[in-house]
Amino acid sequence: MNENVIGSVSPHIRGRRDTKAIMLDVIIALMPALVAAVILFGFRALLLTVISAGVCVICEYAWEKALKKEITIGDLSAVVTGIILAFNVPATMPIWKLIFGDIAAIILVKMLFGGIGCNFVNPALTGRVILFFSFTADMTNYAFPKNTVDALSSATPLAVQSELSWANFLDLFLGRHGGVIGEVCTLAILVGFVYLVARKVIKPIIPLTFIGSEILFAWLFGAEAPVLSAFAGGLMFGAVFMATDYVTSPITNKGKLIYGIGCGLLTAAIRCFSNSNGGVSFAILLMNIVVPYLNDLTRSKPFGGVKVK
Amino acid sequence: MIGSRLKGVKVPHMKNTAGSVPRVIDTPKTVTIPMSMHIGAPATPVVKVGETVKVGQLIAEAGGFVSSPIYASVSGKVKKLDDILVSSGRFVKAIVIEADGAQEPWEGIAPPEVTDFQSFIDAVKKSGVVGLGGAGFPTAVKLSVKDLNQVEAFIINGAECEPYVTSDTRTMLDDTDLLWDGVQLLKKYMNAKRIIFGIENNKPECVKKIEPFAQKEAIVEVQKLPPMYPQGGEKVLIYNTIGKTVPEGKLPLDVGAIVLNCTTLAAIARYIKTGMPLVSKCVTVDGSAVAEPQNVIAPIGTPMADLFNFCGGFKSEPKKLLYGGPMMGIAVPNVNVPILKNTNAILALDAKDAVTPAPTACIRCGTCVDVCPLGLMPAEIEVAFRQKDAASLDKLKVNLCMECGSCAFACPARRPLVQTNKLAKSMLSAYKAVQKAEAERKAAKNKEEEAVK
Repeated sequence: MNENVIGSVSPHIRGRRDTKAIMLDVIIALMPALVAAVILFGFRALLLTVISAGVCVICEYAWEKALKKEITIGDLSAVVTGIILAFNVPATMPIWKLIFGDIAAIILVKMLFGGIGCNFVNPALTGRVILFFSFTADMTNYAFPKNTVDALSSATPLAVQSELSWANFLDLFLGRHGGVIGEVCTLAILVGFVYLVARKVIKPIIPLTFIGSEILFAWLFGAEAPVLSAFAGGLMFGAVFMATDYVTSPITNKGKLIYGIGCGLLTAAIRCFSNSNGGVSFAILLMNIVVPYLNDLTRSKPFGGVKVK
Repeated sequence: MIGSRLKGVKVPHMKNTAGSVPRVIDTPKTVTIPMSMHIGAPATPVVKVGETVKVGQLIAEAGGFVSSPIYASVSGKVKKLDDILVSSGRFVKAIVIEADGAQEPWEGIAPPEVTDFQSFIDAVKKSGVVGLGGAGFPTAVKLSVKDLNQVEAFIINGAECEPYVTSDTRTMLDDTDLLWDGVQLLKKYMNAKRIIFGIENNKPECVKKIEPFAQKEAIVEVQKLPPMYPQGGEKVLIYNTIGKTVPEGKLPLDVGAIVLNCTTLAAIARYIKTGMPLVSKCVTVDGSAVAEPQNVIAPIGTPMADLFNFCGGFKSEPKKLLYGGPMMGIAVPNVNVPILKNTNAILALDAKDAVTPAPTACIRCGTCVDVCPLGLMPAEIEVAFRQKDAASLDKLKVNLCMECGSCAFACPARRPLVQTNKLAKSMLSAYKAVQKAEAERKAAKNKEEEAVK
């Protein structure tokens, strides 16, 4: 008799990709934007990013340690939250204020709701909104890229849409304009997007419908430069890295489609009818809240299944 | 030909033994033959302790319509009739035969007389053949079709999508003639209008062996399917070959299909050609703990231990023993369990392969929804199960789950999704039973009230 064998239910093998590998891919996809930020805004961008990621990890660890829960920092999700939050602040942001945002994101939004997988809104995004309302002046004091003489002159190109023209499209695309750390360089964000799609970490549905519908609705709402405005502000970054957060986006393709369109509609509405900055953030947050309903409404159709009344 | 195909997962093939021509094992000292190696009623023993039996001699007759007879796999003496613990966790009657090593065939072995549909079905019944792909459903029952015109296509399953397992591959390579005979039998006695061989295209040698059938016989076609798990699942294979959806609660026959595993077809043809019923099985012996993985032909009832020993024993301590492949195989408690009719592989995994990673929190990535071949939502089923919400489980159709394990395989949080599905299925059937009883009670009450009126 051999009593030393393990008894378990099939399957007895597992795929290679785990949560950590996915988070690592997201971190890799964020790197081009970080490199661009360092080139555009200097080393302070890197410093803020590293501090933010570190604080998020420490917060998660301290919380779990204090409550004697399983330590989950190894899954790298806190690192992702930290980087994304840092990317949402200007390079001039005072460090302690960013740390405040990190604590809010991890403790308030993530851990209080049960940690990874349980938060109903995106932690980094909520952290940004909290910072936005707490320190509006700092959050909108957009830094200007260094070494660029011909950078767009306004605070952010989105603020003065009349400045948006195809003549300075290259500046917009490369990020030679004021803005927050991670969202200025469209090129770097698109590189990250292609990586995430190629690695099958995300499906392109949400970013494409988000950006596409934003342009469409902005045009319908009479925006001056609907296409160009898609390259300004936080739309690209939000659509690629924040709206695609697994936990706070639908799990079905149909749900993703509706969610992306909803994000685009709300962003366009906020941008066109309100003076508020951060339209992308509010749009995504609002759509986050309806995700459970979208999942329920768009359930997949079981193969050959007979409907239950 | 068919545009859309059902989804699944890419599993490591691990077909290490594809080139291993099966060798016949040295006759085991004893064989333990359970009376329940098929779906349906257990077979009834017809031999007594002390009786001498020969290879191919009937030792247990079918215990009902959905059942199958069992034949002695070795020559020797019946040692005991015993209750043994089988992988389902139940005790089942088993016949233990002490082999004399002579492997003398029974005198009564003679090819059956097959002249028409009925005699063909009778022969299949007598052959003791059950679904050898793993399900173990009595083949004669599957083929007992009331109206042969109903069958639009016979689909011969050569997908063999489970990692490691190569016994079907060997059937296609080594028993090509028997498969050809099988095609002729289906054509002659089942009026087959269309016979499709579904073979994953990672087995080009098999395709090459079977493709000439299509040239010789117009009703035969070979469909090369992309390697995907679970390509060989019955509903999946039907959809991916003829594009038909088997509705909930219906059989493949309801959409005009009969699926037979290629080894099952070869076994039928062998019986009709030689008269020797199903007494031995080609088994893939593999896994990280096995010294020399290979294919072995062993008498049914041979202890697993004999097969491992025949393959050079263990090179490291086995930490998990499996009947079948790693995706749907069943873990067994020790090496003394016997080879069954529907065993196509036995695996011994070392410590590294035996331990599955611990689950972490669901990150709602939706991978399980993406990979489920049947379009179920394992992540949502898990939530409903945790909340003991049977009504939601009903809506989520967990009862359709074929337990292929694709969701649990792909889940990045390593959640035991298919395992939860299994538990959820029993929760749902209990809920449905209560619902039914309630409805019946109400109906009875209404009737009573009406009668009073």
